[in-house]
Amino acid sequence: MPEIFMPRLSDTMEEGTLSRWLKQEGDLVHKGDAVAEIETDKAVMELEAYDEGPLIHILVAEGTTVPIGTPIAMIGTDSPATAQKPPLEQAAQAPDPSAAPPTPPQDPPAVPATTVATVSDAGEDSEVRTSPLARTLARQNGIDLADLTGSGPGGRIVRADVDAAVPTFSERAAGRSPLVDDDEEVPLSTSRRITAQRLTQSTRQTPHFYLTTIVDAEPLLAFRAQINDRLTEPGLRISINDLLIKGCATTLRTHPQVNASWDTSRILRHRRIHIGIAVATDDGLIVPVLHDADRKTLTAIAREAHGLAQDARARHVSPASISGGTFTISNLGTYGIDHFTAVINPPQAAILAVGAAQPQPIVRNGELGVGTTMALTLSIDHRVLDGAVAAAFLADLKTLLEQPFSIVL
Amino acid sequence: MAVVTYRQALHDTLRAELLRDENVLLIGEEIGIFEGSYKITAGLLDEFGPRRVRDTPISEEGFAGAAVGAAMLGLRPVVEIMTVNFSLLAIDQIVNHAAKIFAMSGGQITVPMVIRTPGGGGQQLAATHSQNLEVYYAHVPGLKVVAPATPADAKGLMAAAIRDDDPVLVLENLALYNTKGEVPDGEHTVPIGTASVIRPGSDVTVVAYSRGTGVALDAARRLEANGVSVEVVDLRSLRPLDRQTVCASVRRTTRAVVFEDDWLSYGIGAEIAATIAEGAFDRLDAPVRRVAAAEVPLPYAKPLELAALPDATALIRVIHETLDASGFTARQAASTAG
Repeated sequence: MPEIFMPRLSDTMEEGTLSRWLKQEGDLVHKGDAVAEIETDKAVMELEAYDEGPLIHILVAEGTTVPIGTPIAMIGTDSPATAQKPPLEQAAQAPDPSAAPPTPPQDPPAVPATTVATVSDAGEDSEVRTSPLARTLARQNGIDLADLTGSGPGGRIVRADVDAAVPTFSERAAGRSPLVDDDEEVPLSTSRRITAQRLTQSTRQTPHFYLTTIVDAEPLLAFRAQINDRLTEPGLRISINDLLIKGCATTLRTHPQVNASWDTSRILRHRRIHIGIAVATDDGLIVPVLHDADRKTLTAIAREAHGLAQDARARHVSPASISGGTFTISNLGTYGIDHFTAVINPPQAAILAVGAAQPQPIVRNGELGVGTTMALTLSIDHRVLDGAVAAAFLADLKTLLEQPFSIVL
Repeated sequence: MAVVTYRQALHDTLRAELLRDENVLLIGEEIGIFEGSYKITAGLLDEFGPRRVRDTPISEEGFAGAAVGAAMLGLRPVVEIMTVNFSLLAIDQIVNHAAKIFAMSGGQITVPMVIRTPGGGGQQLAATHSQNLEVYYAHVPGLKVVAPATPADAKGLMAAAIRDDDPVLVLENLALYNTKGEVPDGEHTVPIGTASVIRPGSDVTVVAYSRGTGVALDAARRLEANGVSVEVVDLRSLRPLDRQTVCASVRRTTRAVVFEDDWLSYGIGAEIAATIAEGAFDRLDAPVRRVAAAEVPLPYAKPLELAALPDATALIRVIHETLDASGFTARQAASTAG
């Protein structure tokens, strides 16, 4: 009797939430049918069936979180009436991380190659380093290792770190919240947790340095207005961000050293240019990726970026659309932020933080005047790149943005 | 209980076993008239005569082979090989014959022989006379290998070895011959294959055997002053290995260091580390560490020899590193400060 398992849909995924069953017990399932929606750390995805037959048992209720490899349903050949139904997995209860999975995590069923292959994020060392004992105790006490900071060598979480967290946990379990009335605890979504984990890891492990340049934004704004005036496609507008994506992709082509990643102990230089765009969502940062941005026209980028951002906010992203980025842009200009520094999105070598284009006093030909400027700050992984190389990239990017017609050349 | 030396305990046990069972005989170079290179067999030729205490020429393979034959025919020979280094000359008899006859005869023939032989460095005897070859024999199914650390265990394990129906190597240690300890009077055997928690502790387990047990106890005493509680497990038997006692101890203390006089690579320490990984992985709070001799032929020059052999200072350093690796120091400091 074929079982359906909680699939592993990304490298960082350890458990998944069954958000919705698309088939009910008794329904006939064909190969490739979507049977359920699985919420992972990054997205909500449809789970396809690999076997054919009636869905005879649903083992995991909607809203339940289970480790990958856990059987969640059975597809059978016999009739639902004769088969004995195993108990429903802790239906609708809060996930209990201390409970061992019903079966040891097995190899997840073969997921269509296109889904799996694109999820791989080379060099993404997302493992939390722990001693075996710390892991055991954390599981027994229902503590998420991602919430702990390791005090052992290389940040390894050891028993002392788990012990330190246990009182807090037991206080909560006993209903005696350590929070005062003025505070409200926000439930941590998987996505928020992973964001926290990865960015902590990035700041801890990546030696960052930062370069800032001020770009004269007037030609860029004028250029955008000019293009948008001529666009006939309804609803299509070119944003500053689209120009930045195209500008970065173009500049990366002449600075291949910057289009690189740190992979555990080596540098990987990427032949293709995939630009990630940081998008804030209600419960965490999602970075959809615009693949081969250097080979796309400005209008194609505008269309695609708009769609990606919308999907990200709706949390309907595919693993493919959030994987494989080689460079990231984070733009807080629309929030009126003058200037900021971004945390590198590992394993990439750099991220560009974009401030608002707004009127500023500037000096032109020795005269003080008013112009529109925009601050660009590049955060760089010093393991991959040195200052001069990164500075040359940023200088060329500035030149390009100040002569924006060359973006479309 | 009398306090006697390790040497005396061995001598008394051989004598007692010669008295107890007339099938027991001793065989080896210079064990009779010369009373043994290390005087373990002093007086036994006079007491039991040349049929029971046989002097041999320098012919390790020959007299080891003779003992295998005698054992197959029902005697219980106790072979003395002057030092473990010379056992290499007899290794074919030990590994290919003594160890395998029981299995190859379908269990029809047992080989109840003992090979007792001292080893170890630290005596300024240079590279070919200072070796720890226990791994060579502990590796072989069909052999039993014991390495007593105390006079009491020297008695108990030697008696058990002589009464065992399988070939047993009793690895003595030159550095231990003059050490003293309480030895139970009268009948005393130690079951082969049982390790002993020789000192209880709660923070880290040190696994050792033979001379290393004393080093571990010394380190444990010195660390106690720093508030570190060291548990010492004395393996006593290298084959069969008491994996349960080792793992149970590590499961209590959550940290482990192995100490051995032998070279590091492929050694007893490696076997213990693997045993712990298999049996106590989910209770480990730090990687298992090993302290062993430098991987060189042991030098003759005394300062170099001392530098090559592991000592309590080296062990203490590695224990500290192991504790640090799981935040022990930080916790101690915090509790002191608090």
